[in-house]
Amino acid sequence: MTYIVKPKLHHPSLPSNAIGLTRRDYEGRISTLCAGCGHDSISAAIVTACFELDLQPHRLAKLSGIGCSSKTPDYFLGQSHGFNSVHGRMPSVLTGANLANRDLIFLGVSGDGDTASIGISQFVHSVRRGVNMCYIVENNGVYGLTKGQFSATSDKGSKSKRGAENMESGIDLVSLALQLGATYVGRSFSGDKDQLVPLIKGALTHGGAAVLDVISPCVAFNNHAGSTKSFDYVREHNEAVNRLDVILGRALIKADYAPGEVREVTQHDGSVLRLKKIAEDYVATDRNAAAAYIQEHKAMGQIVTGLLYIDPHATDLHDRIGTTRTPLNALGTEELTPGAAALAKINAGLK
Amino acid sequence: MPDQDLTQPQRVQIAATNDFVVKFANVNGSGSASANGLFAKAIIRMGVPVGARNIFPSNIQGLPTWYEVRVNGDGHLGRRGGIDLAVALNPQTWDDDLAEIVPGGYIFYDSTKPMPPSKFRDDVTILGVPLTEICNAAYKIPRERQLFKNIAYVGALSHLIGIDPGIVETLLAEEFASKAKLIDANVRAFHLGRDWAKENIDPIGLQLKHADGVGNRIFVDGNRAAALGAVYGGATVCAWYPITPSTSVAEAFMEYCEEFRTDTDGSKRYAIIQAEDEIASIGIVVGAAWNGARAFTCTSGPGISLMNEFIGLSYYAEIPAVIFDVQRGGPSTGMPTRTQQADLLIAAYASHGDTKHVMLIPGDPGECFTMSALAFDLADRLQTTVFVMLDLDIGMQDWLVEPFVWDDARKLDRGKVMTAEDLDAGIPFGRYRDVDGDGIGFRTYPGTHPSKGAYFTRGSSHNAMAAYSEKGADYSEGMQRLLKKFATAAELVPPPIARKAREATRTGVLYFGSTAAAMHEALETLERRGRHIDAMRIRAFPFPQEILDFIDAHDEVFVVEQNRDAQMRSLLMIEGNVDASRLQSILHYEGTPLTARFLIKEFSEKMAKTAPAMGKI
Repeated sequence: MTYIVKPKLHHPSLPSNAIGLTRRDYEGRISTLCAGCGHDSISAAIVTACFELDLQPHRLAKLSGIGCSSKTPDYFLGQSHGFNSVHGRMPSVLTGANLANRDLIFLGVSGDGDTASIGISQFVHSVRRGVNMCYIVENNGVYGLTKGQFSATSDKGSKSKRGAENMESGIDLVSLALQLGATYVGRSFSGDKDQLVPLIKGALTHGGAAVLDVISPCVAFNNHAGSTKSFDYVREHNEAVNRLDVILGRALIKADYAPGEVREVTQHDGSVLRLKKIAEDYVATDRNAAAAYIQEHKAMGQIVTGLLYIDPHATDLHDRIGTTRTPLNALGTEELTPGAAALAKINAGLK
Repeated sequence: MPDQDLTQPQRVQIAATNDFVVKFANVNGSGSASANGLFAKAIIRMGVPVGARNIFPSNIQGLPTWYEVRVNGDGHLGRRGGIDLAVALNPQTWDDDLAEIVPGGYIFYDSTKPMPPSKFRDDVTILGVPLTEICNAAYKIPRERQLFKNIAYVGALSHLIGIDPGIVETLLAEEFASKAKLIDANVRAFHLGRDWAKENIDPIGLQLKHADGVGNRIFVDGNRAAALGAVYGGATVCAWYPITPSTSVAEAFMEYCEEFRTDTDGSKRYAIIQAEDEIASIGIVVGAAWNGARAFTCTSGPGISLMNEFIGLSYYAEIPAVIFDVQRGGPSTGMPTRTQQADLLIAAYASHGDTKHVMLIPGDPGECFTMSALAFDLADRLQTTVFVMLDLDIGMQDWLVEPFVWDDARKLDRGKVMTAEDLDAGIPFGRYRDVDGDGIGFRTYPGTHPSKGAYFTRGSSHNAMAAYSEKGADYSEGMQRLLKKFATAAELVPPPIARKAREATRTGVLYFGSTAAAMHEALETLERRGRHIDAMRIRAFPFPQEILDFIDAHDEVFVVEQNRDAQMRSLLMIEGNVDASRLQSILHYEGTPLTARFLIKEFSEKMAKTAPAMGKI
């Protein structure tokens, strides 16, 4: 569908957000993915999340690796700088970009091949460094662009379109992210926009390493009976532990829920994460309990979704290495070059 | 000296003032490095030029290590070849160390447990000092006995070859300025050795005299100089993975940044990330540079191999990156602690597809500083990867070079970057449009403007407006423009440095990097023997036209390089369209720095063979 140019005209009655932008201002080019692809739903959720957060599109940088998922940054936020980098290496590029200008919001989009196979090392290390980012894995358990090979997140026993059974253990990205010290961990399903949009909003405003594992069925190669990443399978086995609302700092906070059911977490930027419990015994601020819960329910064949972990006191890489508040890319000759007099002293010390 | 008849005793002892070679043979991890450094620095403070080289294994403790000090009043500081005085403190390597001494030379050793006479040569004078005995008597703690033994041998040597003891005391006072106790202890150890030698051995034929040969020069290694250049060049992001011999670039950058880039509240105007591998290192560099920071990584050959894919991205998506490659012996793990110039081809053409990359090739640590700072300007100006190709001999060895210079009027050249003001003024933006005819487009940093100047960066084929395109015409236009940009680079990189022979000659030599040190001495010696060679030191790739003109102007052209496959010659043939028969190789690739004697021998043999009628024209 690449031959279709998206019209730029807005309907005059389109609602606008607090900074006067319409939802259309957050869109990108027309997607070239297969009709019905879960990834397009995630792109739409990103658009909605950014619109609802009143983000200035140019203050967000979107980065990706290689694969179907990594193509999607072209399909949202057309006014943002984008970087479609190298297979499995988005995390390092994002880390560098983040170091250069800490004032921007960094959205990393990746897939399960990009993150869990070729790029697992960079995923692991960017998360443990606490890079301030919203890292979305569009997880379909399959290599789509190369037509249907198993990926590292394919569950053991899951069947390929041709009927072959995956004999290797699947990597559970949320469990891994928890172990690595991610300070915001969520899992969702591309087919559940109501759950996904707030999770993305929370991640974009989080202020530390936020990881979202979004199961996103591949309609072309992994949506058949026997697959554990098909629309039907995920719907049947989805077990949401909570529902999230993200309330911007300036918005009036109203309590809709009975006490005890709701937990509120204030983030660095003043936004409030309001968590409504669905699973009675789930505590989203306890890393170890979360990890145990996810594993126990996985063993029962359930896919646990929701905001699985949040550290209200998250720090990021810049906090840890003590970088100055001014973005490094804004420093000029005077701030960076010590000058001739300092050099003369250095020379004197080398004699 | 294989041609020496060792059965004939020679009573001759070499006598030389301010012109000799001392080689220390130590065991690594014994603390000898600082004593050896003290020895070299003391001679420099006497005004006598010194070239010093650590020759060390990839190991922390227990293996042999050497420190070779070339003392030369005339300022020839490359390796000469041969040893006049061996300070043989490692029994493991005794036989080899002894064999390397020239006839009439000297061997200094710890005679606490004397070596049997069969372990010596008749033509080498023995200088036995019971270092262990002296130190065991003076110190109780084993670690002190070991460490002060090192200073004690410097003391003994100071008497034997005439090092000014006052200078050593001053150096020790400077070294331990903040720890007064250590000054006294070290001075005492120095005199323990010196006094024993005074009482028992006469000074030898190798002597030092105060001179004025050092001038204003500083003694520094190339990695430190490159790191300092990165500070002055405005680098704010360093991502690296530890690898010999480049690690000290990042470490020195850290040290200088702590000093010069820390605000009063402790916040840092820099970010250093020790990455998980070299791939992440270059990825961080590319990401940071894409977002407008100056960024670099430092590595060696194995790291370059890993970085290839990203270097291709930097080339094709046109993102600045600076890579310091401190070359070591390859291929594979190769010889991590030995020197080579064998990464030229992989750097020049890193990554799949058609690529070419800019290389700056410093000839000494002084140029490491200037080329490092320049590399950041060039990377921004050219929007591509710029390699700074050090080699271990430059990177990890202290060289005597002119002091670093900086012009306070100099501003960082950020190249073609459009600002919000430019965009508001209505200047049209197209990321890869060649608006100036130099092959370089304008870029914007992310976050610049709410509605203008955003673009999508990708390693896939794109048109001049940065949109995805697999149209043949769009692709070819971009690839041709990159060639034009590479031609622009040839105008911007440092030109070669020529040295004309005293008499007109049809023979020329091209060389580069650490070869410079031995080359000057070799050329002077050859000149005295009536062999005249015009010389040109290559300092960058792509090749400025002068290099090709130089080849054209000579009938016989040698290319000296420290690799097996004559990689620079290949580059000259490929990029300069030079006929293979026009370029003869002189190759040295065993991992040690090449010596003036090696070059003299090679030229003498090859010139005689290929150009018997060479003479004045």
